Amino acid sequence: MQAIVSQIGRNTYRTRKNKFFLGMVVFFSMLTILPILLIIYKLIAKGIHQINLSFFTESAPDTLEAMTALNNGEVIPGGILNGITGTLFMVILASIMAIPIGIMIGIYLYENAEKRFANLIRDISDVMQGVPSIVLGLISYIWIVKNVTGGYSALAGATALGIMMLPLIIRSTEETLKMIPQSIKEAAFALGVPYHKVMLRVLIPSSLSGLLTGILLAISRVLGETAPLMLTALGSPVVNLQIDSPTSAVPLLIWEFYNDPNMVDLIWSSSLFLMGFVLALNLISKRIAAKST
Amino acid sequence: MIETKITIENPVLSIKNLSVAYEKGGKHAVDNVSADIQRNAITAIMGPSGCGKSTLLRALNRLHDLYPNIETKGNIFLNGEDISNISNIDLRRKVGMVFQRPNPFPTMSIYDNVIAGYKLNGIRLKKQQKDDIVEESLHDVVLWEEVKNSLFKKGTFLSGGQQQRLCIARALAFQPDVILLDEPTSALDPVATSKVEELLVKLKEKYSIVLVTHNMSQAARISDNSMFMYLGDLVEYGQTDIMFTKPQDKRTEEYLTGKFG
Repeated sequence: MQAIVSQIGRNTYRTRKNKFFLGMVVFFSMLTILPILLIIYKLIAKGIHQINLSFFTESAPDTLEAMTALNNGEVIPGGILNGITGTLFMVILASIMAIPIGIMIGIYLYENAEKRFANLIRDISDVMQGVPSIVLGLISYIWIVKNVTGGYSALAGATALGIMMLPLIIRSTEETLKMIPQSIKEAAFALGVPYHKVMLRVLIPSSLSGLLTGILLAISRVLGETAPLMLTALGSPVVNLQIDSPTSAVPLLIWEFYNDPNMVDLIWSSSLFLMGFVLALNLISKRIAAKST
Repeated sequence: MIETKITIENPVLSIKNLSVAYEKGGKHAVDNVSADIQRNAITAIMGPSGCGKSTLLRALNRLHDLYPNIETKGNIFLNGEDISNISNIDLRRKVGMVFQRPNPFPTMSIYDNVIAGYKLNGIRLKKQQKDDIVEESLHDVVLWEEVKNSLFKKGTFLSGGQQQRLCIARALAFQPDVILLDEPTSALDPVATSKVEELLVKLKEKYSIVLVTHNMSQAARISDNSMFMYLGDLVEYGQTDIMFTKPQDKRTEEYLTGKFG
């Protein structure tokens, strides 16, 4: 007995093997956070000096202004206000279109889980999630730019983004509703509550945090989309809040800055801002999801 | 099937040739059951798992209507009126239900859970009326003293037994004629169970109670009449004390003596 006990904790083959695998797991886990840390480091190192008040309150400078500043060794004037407002404006428009429709489709899928039509919708929504965003941009170009607004517009951009958000919201709505115990629903029906009120007053409130998480994730997914906006919103040098006029967005600005050798500095600060925004949304939605369970 | 061995004057519920199948044309989970339910009494429905007791109970407030595949035949009369002529909404207000697991609404406070029936149905009440209903219902389920200082906390913070009494209070708040209880104590510990049982005995003064249980001693302790169901058939129905001492059917006897179940 004594001999066996004294063996435990010794550096036997088994404990060495265990340590080796533990070491590997920790090593690869660290490896996955390395890229994100490097990205954040790079963005901060190269972008932080551009971030000041005017970065948030002024529109993007033109080439001449940037060039003059560069030649004098100054910080590039102006900011990305037109991009920030454009992004927020189009995301809000997209949310107005996608959230109610997505939630309603999600409710339908939850209520009719086994119907053939529901399965079809579910498959289509999964396929939609895989459609390249540039294709959605093209579709929105044909539908909205050509036929509705008669030119590049915020509405066209928002439509493309809304279509991208839709499958995420549908799925998260369905999955969240499924997690509510059936007995809660039956309890409401057993009180003589009509169907629409069971839905609106019991099931939706009970799944609010899940719905919110899905919506925030969908928004953070489309915030950085560039390709569909190139074909639809086009971009704008000034702040635009008209749904039928071309509008800028932060990722569009990053693309424009990239194409202008004088504005390279602004790429980093804009990317830092976009990254921070998306990360914040992700963290908030994780927080909400964690709180609810 | 043995004919009902019990005659009930002025029954609160009257079940006539009720059959329920979970698929159209499928096997009957409840097969041609007829029975009258006594007013202001506790009627227990006993039987082994899968005998159709919960299915029978859920037919009484037409909860089966939620599931389009379920097929219900036969008639049920509430105070002499065929329930198929009453809207589901009105029926369920007169026939309240308590479920196997406590299921207070997770987003609502204790207070709101009690008046959930009014709130969710959009029935507007004055503050005073609401307070009265909450206090009276919680008094009825002997929960008032325990929660009167935390009425605005979430109902889900209560213990299992308290939650179940809250759910009974929620069913009582509408002043129903009948309360259906589907194994209300199966998820509770013995202390909480005996509290709920005491409560049910007290409540029968005001309400008619139908109780599904697979706990024979519970049926013996608190019920006035008992049904024994087996494989969808109502095998035997009679006064509890008679049925437990002199069962008429061999299957009832075997069940009561623990030969199966």
